[in-house]
Amino acid sequence: MGSSLKEKIYKNIFLIVTAFSLVILFLIALFLFAEALPLFKNVSLIDFLFGKMWYPTMSPHSFGILPLILASFYVSFLSAIISIPLGIAFAVYLSELAPKGIKEVLKPLVELISGFPSVVLGFFGMVVIAPWMTNKLSPFFTETIPNFLSFLHLSYLSNFFANNLYIDVGLNITSASIMLAFITIPTIASLSEDALYLVPRTYKEASLSLGATKWETIKKIVLPAASSGIATAVMLGVSRAMGETMIVLMTCGGASMIPVRPFDPARPLPAAIAAEMGEAPYHSLHYEALFGIGAVLFILTLIFNILSDIARTQGEKKMKGKSV
Amino acid sequence: MVKIKTTNYNLFYGLKQALFDINMDIYKNKITAIIGPSGCGKSTLLRSFNRMNDLIDGVKAKGDIFIDDKSIYKDWDVVELRRKVGMVFQKPNPFPKSIFDNVIYGPRTSGIKDKRKLNDIMEKSLKQAALWDEVKDILRQSAMSLSGGQQQRLCIARAFAVKPEIILMDEATSSLDPISTAKIEELILELKKDYTIVVVTHSMQQAARMSDYTALLYLGKLIEYDKTEKIFTSPSNEITKNYVTGRFG
Repeated sequence: MGSSLKEKIYKNIFLIVTAFSLVILFLIALFLFAEALPLFKNVSLIDFLFGKMWYPTMSPHSFGILPLILASFYVSFLSAIISIPLGIAFAVYLSELAPKGIKEVLKPLVELISGFPSVVLGFFGMVVIAPWMTNKLSPFFTETIPNFLSFLHLSYLSNFFANNLYIDVGLNITSASIMLAFITIPTIASLSEDALYLVPRTYKEASLSLGATKWETIKKIVLPAASSGIATAVMLGVSRAMGETMIVLMTCGGASMIPVRPFDPARPLPAAIAAEMGEAPYHSLHYEALFGIGAVLFILTLIFNILSDIARTQGEKKMKGKSV
Repeated sequence: MVKIKTTNYNLFYGLKQALFDINMDIYKNKITAIIGPSGCGKSTLLRSFNRMNDLIDGVKAKGDIFIDDKSIYKDWDVVELRRKVGMVFQKPNPFPKSIFDNVIYGPRTSGIKDKRKLNDIMEKSLKQAALWDEVKDILRQSAMSLSGGQQQRLCIARAFAVKPEIILMDEATSSLDPISTAKIEELILELKKDYTIVVVTHSMQQAARMSDYTALLYLGKLIEYDKTEKIFTSPSNEITKNYVTGRFG
């Protein structure tokens, strides 16, 4: 057999395998939208996306998923606030500051944590974080701090704390965000570390040779040069938080109302699908609405992935000198 | 006048010794070339002068180096030292920033904020590096869009902007075409009156063309160090003789 024929066969085998998985993924997306579509004969798209009531099993039912969308954004946003600074700081430590031995241990450890079963994290949130919130954090916010503030004659602030920061449900947006951060911090840290590692050593040497300190070099050269990679890491981290199901199902409280305070319970999109799909009769409106939620979630995570891709190509342009 | 003085300088990468008892005086306003076969320690020696070897894990130095009669380990603050001793690297390494930002990076980190002052420094440095005419209209463009030779001259301008007294060049022309190389060599000769210049080079012709003094390093040892003319015409050491006549290396 000629080597060129062999080469052709290998090439085609790989092509077929790649095409196969792509087609499957495409079909799943298609199925998602096809199953959701009949819903819109009964419910308008506007009412579905912006309706404030999610009462799928009541009569008359109401299929407004705004509370679920807002819950997803709220939880992802809070966990992003926690995990972006920590994740990036961790990455900077790993890549620029840690001695080689420590890095060799920490880096695989971080990657291990990001692969932690989310059900375990959810469980931990339920039995540790949630009781801690109601038993410890709530009295701290509504008694200790207000007492201290009224001692300082700041009665307005004192009342504000006492009246607004009580925590009556331990399973709430903050608990879920904290537990989600255990997934997003390692994701952001590990991917950002890769981006920082790829910054050529010659940049650092040039900066140091010009009399910059190590910290100035990190701040002015290394972080900007890695910024697109870090942006990619953040987007992927947030998109993971958005799609993560088990943690929000177990620790977010599940109330399908529009969340306001960070200690309100809420029902993010994936939690709604996971909790309700088992009980929704086949091809009922509820069933179709859950597929609709799936489609919305698909589009949201797709947007984040596209954003991360844009960040990446933007960074490549910068390296080639096509933009400043 | 002696600008850089090394006394019994030894350098180790972990257990491996890279430099052995180097004693040499480098003179002010002269061009000194360090030559030798690959892996002989010439870059290592050059990078000792501004303590760039400190960045590598497990590096240890014994002996001392004096710049302006002050020990680089005991008397100089490393940041101050690196402002005084500029470096141009083997491959052009501009930052992925605009041409303007590249040149004023050093002055800015040293705390100069005045726009007019920064502009002056930038223009002067680019002119010194013979790059001004080519880039004066594209200062806001990315430095990465320049050609290799232009990038290297930008790196030279960037080093000048910090107002160093010594310039170290680590095979600074080895990745460039002959025309760019000629331009940079011309530039270096021009600069001699204001700076002390130390170049590491692979090319013996380059050393012969440009330098006032030449040092031959072999296996981490300083074999011979003398006026360039002497090294190339009547070397006193057998190794030097063999090396400059091209019998090895």
